[in-house]
Amino acid sequence: MTAPIVELTGISKHFAGIRALEGVDFAARAGSIHAILGENGAGKSTLIKIIAGVLRPDRGEIRLAGAPVSFASPAQAGAAGIVCMFQELSLIPDLTVADNISIADPPRRFGLIDRRAQHRRAEELLARVRCEDVDPRAPLSSLSLSRRQMVEIAKALGRVPRVLILDEATSALTAKDVQTVYDLLGLLKADGVTSLFISHRMHEVEALCDTLSVFRNGRHVETFAKGSRSDADIVRLMIGREVEALFPPKPAPRLRDPLVTVRDLGWEDRLRGVSLNLGRGEILGLGGLDGQGQKELMLALFGVLRGVEGKVEIGGRQGMASSPASAKAGHTRIALVPEDRKTEGLMLSLSIADNLVAAAYDRICTGPLIDTAKAAKLVEEGMIALRIKAGSPQDAVSTLSGGNQQKVVIAKWLAVGPEVILLNDPTRGIDVGTKQEIYRLMRELADQGKAILFYSSDYAELIGCCDRVAVLYDGRVIRELTGEEITEEALVSASLNIGQAA
Amino acid sequence: MSALASIRPENKPLVIAAGFILLILLVGTAYTLATTGTAPLLQPAYLMQQLQIGAFLGICAAGMMLVILIGHIDLSIPWTLTAAAMVATAVGGGWAIPAAIAVGVAVGLVNGCGVAWLRIPSMIFTLGVDTVLRGLMVAQTGGFAPPDTATPLMLALAKDRVAGIPLALFVWVLVSLAVVLLLTRTTFGKALYAVGTRERAAYLSGIRNRAVVVGAFVGSAVCAALAGVLLAGYSAKAYQGMGNSYLLPAIAAVVLGGTHILGGRGRYAGTLLGVILIVLLNSVLSIMQMPEAFRQIIYGTVIVGMLLVYGRGNRVTA
Amino acid sequence: MIWWLRQSWTFAGALVLFVALFTLYNLLHPRGFSTAVLVQNANESVAITLLAMAQTLPVLMGGLDLSVGAVMTLTSCIASELLHGGPVEILLGMAVTLAAGAMFGFANGLIVVYGRIQPIIATLATGAIAIGLALLIRPKPGGNVDDDLNWALTNTVWDFADTYGLADGGDATWLQPFVNIPVPLILLFGVVVLVWMPFKRCVTGRTVYAIGSAEGAAFMSGLPIQRAKIAAFTLAGFLAGCGGLYLAIQTASGNADMVQAGAYTLNSIAAVVLGGTSLLGGTGGLVASLVGAFILRVISFYFRILDIDPLLQPLVEGLVLLAAVSVGAIHALRIKNRLELFR
Repeated sequence: MTAPIVELTGISKHFAGIRALEGVDFAARAGSIHAILGENGAGKSTLIKIIAGVLRPDRGEIRLAGAPVSFASPAQAGAAGIVCMFQELSLIPDLTVADNISIADPPRRFGLIDRRAQHRRAEELLARVRCEDVDPRAPLSSLSLSRRQMVEIAKALGRVPRVLILDEATSALTAKDVQTVYDLLGLLKADGVTSLFISHRMHEVEALCDTLSVFRNGRHVETFAKGSRSDADIVRLMIGREVEALFPPKPAPRLRDPLVTVRDLGWEDRLRGVSLNLGRGEILGLGGLDGQGQKELMLALFGVLRGVEGKVEIGGRQGMASSPASAKAGHTRIALVPEDRKTEGLMLSLSIADNLVAAAYDRICTGPLIDTAKAAKLVEEGMIALRIKAGSPQDAVSTLSGGNQQKVVIAKWLAVGPEVILLNDPTRGIDVGTKQEIYRLMRELADQGKAILFYSSDYAELIGCCDRVAVLYDGRVIRELTGEEITEEALVSASLNIGQAA
Repeated sequence: MSALASIRPENKPLVIAAGFILLILLVGTAYTLATTGTAPLLQPAYLMQQLQIGAFLGICAAGMMLVILIGHIDLSIPWTLTAAAMVATAVGGGWAIPAAIAVGVAVGLVNGCGVAWLRIPSMIFTLGVDTVLRGLMVAQTGGFAPPDTATPLMLALAKDRVAGIPLALFVWVLVSLAVVLLLTRTTFGKALYAVGTRERAAYLSGIRNRAVVVGAFVGSAVCAALAGVLLAGYSAKAYQGMGNSYLLPAIAAVVLGGTHILGGRGRYAGTLLGVILIVLLNSVLSIMQMPEAFRQIIYGTVIVGMLLVYGRGNRVTA
Repeated sequence: MIWWLRQSWTFAGALVLFVALFTLYNLLHPRGFSTAVLVQNANESVAITLLAMAQTLPVLMGGLDLSVGAVMTLTSCIASELLHGGPVEILLGMAVTLAAGAMFGFANGLIVVYGRIQPIIATLATGAIAIGLALLIRPKPGGNVDDDLNWALTNTVWDFADTYGLADGGDATWLQPFVNIPVPLILLFGVVVLVWMPFKRCVTGRTVYAIGSAEGAAFMSGLPIQRAKIAAFTLAGFLAGCGGLYLAIQTASGNADMVQAGAYTLNSIAAVVLGGTSLLGGTGGLVASLVGAFILRVISFYFRILDIDPLLQPLVEGLVLLAAVSVGAIHALRIKNRLELFR
């Protein structure tokens, strides 16, 4: 058996009262592709941040190839051969691709950066990740998210890692790029590089990894070889309890009166004539590859975009909201749970209570002043309804786990009493347990008569949750699937604009 | 420092500021006892007079706090204050004070629109507005102090006392109560903190960001105008450059009171303590007849020192 | 090339604006396009240009240095004390002045990095300390600056060579193409080429940009954040020191004027903005701020030739400043996705 290249013993880490990791013993063998599984709050992010030198453990020891090490910064870890690719990319938007790839240790001449050598290096590395179409001189901000992730991977490769850590590194990639990453990891494995792989996508994990480790509540539960546990077993290890059906049952498909009618919606070059109907009590999914206009459609309906053309009728009234403020207060109230909860959904340093009331100020007032009793009641109701696990509502929302944070965003909007709810990839980066709760909540809200527009980058969710799915391609709806028609094949082929199945 | 660590984070600056105030009183009293055998700093009459003068800075700081809470800054208060004072003395009569407040509202609206609609950084825009106001006043008055005098009401507000307490202090207290009410018990206050913490999330929560920004700048300018009225009353007239020495101390008072310069955090009680601290520091330095050079050095050192004790931000991790 | 243009359209715009304004100014000036006028303009622009360049460093990191004007005042007072005597003494005096500026900047950097205090408020305080020190050194305006130095550095290359007996007293043939260039411009050029370009091309310089663009990502990328911040503030102090040194030489005196220091600081921020550098950091550069400072100066030159009532001057200055920064705001009004307006 190959010796462990990375070994953690008795690692503990606390943050202001939260126990992120507790007495963790973990080992990864050299040359393995090692998956790290667990809900958010299980400690995976903290674990890899400690290995990568971003955080320092309160207790415990790290050994690299048998020798004890202690990293004060990612730079030190990088020098020792541990390279990490984080979910929040470590790229600098205002610098060029070539600058980013060789950022901390560029080729030098007379002490100054050698631009030409840097350019060549970038070209080589981009070729290795099959992204020759990216121009190294382009500013990073001009690239799409999936291209940026590939640049991040190229950058990591360039540092010649002994241990490569990938944290949700494929979440925004196109199918082709994902395949490239798989191939790459295979090549690295052959070279003896160890890969630590965090992903919430089980099929990816199963395709790639030879060893799996499950974490739960800050503790290491078990490490086992691929294939020695069933999926159900794995989920049980992660959640710690019997897992019921992942998705709540769907009602039989039926025709509904549209609450929202969209005709030929156009905006810049992102929306080119979107037409769809959204009825009361139904969950309409938005499918398609990333960046086909799904996010823009939701922003348009919520009043964020200017210069939108086309016809929209909401609740019998013509026209769209002109701002989020009017969208939520309009004749038909609309709510949007945005893509990035940390910068768009929450005010992180404010308390849970302050975040929960942020959309419903008019509901906590008596006259011109705030009624503290009403406010407290609204907060309590929100926390109970969504089962938000927290110490006290006065705690900063940044202390919550990702899943609980997302629940705060949803609770905030439910306090408004919306009739149309737009959800922009609400379960991205969230643990399985909370995902289930959100699916159940969506179905409950639909049963109450609300109209739900749901965008997800995960086919399984679209299949499991939605009554209908509108697949977008290049800014318009190219196919609508209803009920039984919603299958993975149908979704994939529609996303790629492959001809209709007979 | 373990006692310090046990205080809740939002109260820490208040406790430390209060501590520094006591320290300044002690040092000043020690000095006066040693040199003249008297302790004017501990006499209510003297303190009252200092607070009366401090009211002008206090009102400016109250307004400045609103703007700093949303992550902006208002560099136009020197000439808003002066312009309001000059307009008040020029208009005279019963309309003097309303005219001055109107000046404040107008300037606040201009600042708010520039920052909220045109999205010009507040540092630059309010600087430009300040220069324009100075230009207007210079052009209007020919560069001299205007001959008009303050109205009787202005004189009274600035100098008269009721039951031994200066009216100016009452005005300051009223402004303080209004600000505290605004910040803690109105939705505008909640929106202010939300916008200052993360404007994108506030916008997407359906908060009217622009209205909040305009409101904060109007508040700041109106406070400056009010301070101008009082100051003109105190000096019985308006004069060129009367607002210049209020800008940096107002910013310092807000920051020393624990309000984060980037916005989103801060309590008004802290700003109050910050103003008192600066006023007392100034009076102790005056009593010591400290030359300007040392005053500046001490002023700067005190600010850095206090911020080192409690203003330490988080280490950047990710 | 295309990428550079697309990214730097603000800089290009500023450059075009400056060229247009300056050309018009010379056309309107009775003795425009002459060396004498150029020399005078150059002399009056150096201090603010160096300050704008100094201010650019903290702005690139997304912060501000409110002490640059004060540091310039402090160093000019130091220079006014030291810049006389023999050549060795003068050179030593210059070195001490520049070192003083750099050290003050270094102190700023330490306070910001290890004290973890926001730059804007830390430098507000240290600026007060700098002014206080300046007042200690020069309670009253005055000083003793070598006359030759004053003459040589405020005139053309020919005058410089003539004063110091170089290149045949300025008549050497190889010097001829350059003889009418004002020395201040050469100094500015020298600072850009010898100080800024190397800095920008090294990892520390790149880190300064990275900090302004995405500090968290810069940390995770392993960039030397603390080193870069301290270096940026030190460089800012050094450049402010250069400004103070020149000011002392130009005016042959030192003046610890607090109001003037504050005005210079605020003008340096205006110049940076006019040059197209964003106050949010990550983009821009010293050359852009140089252009911005030139624009600011040219606008003030117009007052002399346009015979505007001096009482109206501050008003016009303010309006022009507001108009200039509002130009960039047109972009904000036309934005199609309002989310991009908010951070």
